[in-house]
Amino acid sequence: MKTPLRALLLTALAIAATFGLDPFRNYQLATTAACFAAVAGLTVLVGLTGQLSLGHAVLMAAGGYGFAFTASAVDGPWPLALLAGLAAAVIVSGLLGLLLGMAAARLRGPYLAGLTLALVIALPSAANALPLGGDQGARAPFFAVPEALSALIAVEQWHAWLAIAISALAVTPLVMLRSGRAGLRMRAVLDDETAAKLSGVDPGLVKAGAFVASAVPAGLGGAILAVATQQVTPGGYGLAFSLLLVVAAVVGGLGSIGGALIGSVLVVVLPWVVDQLVGALPADLGQRLNGNLAVLLFGAGLIAMTLAWPGGVARLLDRLRAARPKRRAPAADTGR
Amino acid sequence: MRDSKRHMRTAAALAAAAALGLTACSTPGDDDSVPGVTDDTVVIGTHQPLTGPAAAGYSTISAATAAYFAYVNDNGGIHGRSIEYVIKDDGYDPASTQTAVRELVTEEKVFAIVNGLGTPTHSAVLDYLDQQGVPDLFVSSGSLTWNQPAVYENTFAFNADYVTEGAALAQYAVEQEPDAKICVLGQDDDYGEGILEGVETVVGSNAITDVQSYTTSAEDLTAQIGAMMQAECEVNVLGTINGFTAMAVGTAAQMEWFPRWYVSSSGADYPTLAGYLGEDLAPVLLQGLVSVNYLPFSPDGEWVALFERINEEYNDGAPFTGNTVFGMSVGYLFAEALAAAGEDPTRESLVAAVESGDLVGNGILPLSYSADDHAAYRGVGITIVNEGVQDYVDAAYTVAAGQVTAVEPDPVPLENEGIPG
Repeated sequence: MKTPLRALLLTALAIAATFGLDPFRNYQLATTAACFAAVAGLTVLVGLTGQLSLGHAVLMAAGGYGFAFTASAVDGPWPLALLAGLAAAVIVSGLLGLLLGMAAARLRGPYLAGLTLALVIALPSAANALPLGGDQGARAPFFAVPEALSALIAVEQWHAWLAIAISALAVTPLVMLRSGRAGLRMRAVLDDETAAKLSGVDPGLVKAGAFVASAVPAGLGGAILAVATQQVTPGGYGLAFSLLLVVAAVVGGLGSIGGALIGSVLVVVLPWVVDQLVGALPADLGQRLNGNLAVLLFGAGLIAMTLAWPGGVARLLDRLRAARPKRRAPAADTGR
Repeated sequence: MRDSKRHMRTAAALAAAAALGLTACSTPGDDDSVPGVTDDTVVIGTHQPLTGPAAAGYSTISAATAAYFAYVNDNGGIHGRSIEYVIKDDGYDPASTQTAVRELVTEEKVFAIVNGLGTPTHSAVLDYLDQQGVPDLFVSSGSLTWNQPAVYENTFAFNADYVTEGAALAQYAVEQEPDAKICVLGQDDDYGEGILEGVETVVGSNAITDVQSYTTSAEDLTAQIGAMMQAECEVNVLGTINGFTAMAVGTAAQMEWFPRWYVSSSGADYPTLAGYLGEDLAPVLLQGLVSVNYLPFSPDGEWVALFERINEEYNDGAPFTGNTVFGMSVGYLFAEALAAAGEDPTRESLVAAVESGDLVGNGILPLSYSADDHAAYRGVGITIVNEGVQDYVDAAYTVAAGQVTAVEPDPVPLENEGIPG
């Protein structure tokens, strides 16, 4: 099946699924969609070009701020504000991605990770120094349920629809890019830069391009969060969140889009599950563990995960699928 | 052929999912009952910084409120209903507040949000609560944002606003020392700006000798305090949270500089400051510290005696601080509002009860709630630390339209063992 058609079907399926969820789950679904967009970008960047970015939360924030300021400034019908905001999210995050990508083409390994890490740490100060509204952040417009649907769905569900649609817009081009020529060039650069150069592939260009291609979905992810929460604050894009994105990519399996989805679900749902668990504990112990247990479990889980299945959930599923007796030849496309 | 069969199957699955969805639970407006209210309970919720940067200063407030509710519940509740107080941690992070409050509203189905803490955090959910029509009572912050009855008709403030506090502090300073050089150190947000605005309304913006600010992520205040010392400030008005108040006083002492400190109520809780500075140094460094308050904080008052008893019995004897009084006072005010909302409270009747102006609370000055005023306290009393004891002196001010007026404190007497009914 062609990628856009499959994306369309999956989107329709996800939107249908929102009917089965209560408002809070739909809000979580919207958050997951936002993480999915960012993690998909990150996983392609790390998995295909080997460039480790610890700063994807900043790219999300860039998209979020771009969205919030532009969509608030547009004085027109809501679809216009939404589209203008999304365009701004793409431009802002793309430009920041380009800057980072140009640096990335000259840096390798720990130096790039260090640079992106510094970016995350600098975000709160930047939000205070630049006209970004300080710690209170920027307001994004509220998109009410359209008249025709208001009897049928709640506002959380409507935002989940928007989130699913935007994340589809963000991820589909990435999938196509990944399975096309650009993906091939990225793999060539990752395998051997000299060999790639000999074949007429410019590693610098490919790396910078990959960074932009990875930044734009992250920016759209930030826009999704702005739609769902009507706000962008530096506190929401801290170091912990940025590292969680990396965790999601690693747990899901680097380079795998399906893995990115699984990783994002885990990242959103696990803290909530842990919170429920803590609630069930005695009050005294619970209060002491609150806020710390999720991080602890993530760390332990990640270590166990990488030891047991270094390839992540996606590879594990692949292996299970391979172990099952096949009825037909496996599809040549491993883009799943 | 196979592809088209697969399409058919997908289409069938889609149709099934959609059909399932139409009967599922996301559809709005399918319920007439009042959320969070049953025959014997009322569920309310709050978001509080139990972890994160603000936890050290404020995490004890919600425990005190919960202890007060436990006391009320043990004594028959309000209209026979016990109050269930669901506390969610947001780590003082607006993004977490979003999630926490949505969970409270959609999962816990709370009747109202009570005493949500923090300006940046609560701002993040203001619009959401307004859209959902959830009463948003007694916000724990002195920002003027909460008093916009025309825009946020269900949102009510609890703290005296920062402008009022700043103006009262400056007025008292001017009366005590007419010729002193007044300086302001404030947090770089609504808080510090509000205090500065208040001081400016009293002394005029040109008469302030020096203005400094800090961010909550700052490591120290050496630069700010140094600059204020250079400017030869004599009266320092602080719009700082507890940790930074202690840091300011401590840094100045290290420089062997001892000006007069006039501190907003949000950053002048003596027991909390003593925790930062040490029990032996605090009485010396904080001697004469001027602050404002509007809650019953006199160590020998009847409200404090009751709250101390509740704190012993229902809060495991946690340290008794200004936060304890604050938390329990909020609890009392909510219980009073719930009692006034009638035998069968609805969200509308709860908001109407607050707007009626009949609530008295337990402050030292009357509450000012009305249909077109969602501020709680329009005035404050002056407190001073003397030999390690923080108590009211005989001075109180109300602030209206930029005018500071001296008034007589008018404390609300304790009735019915602190259980409204």
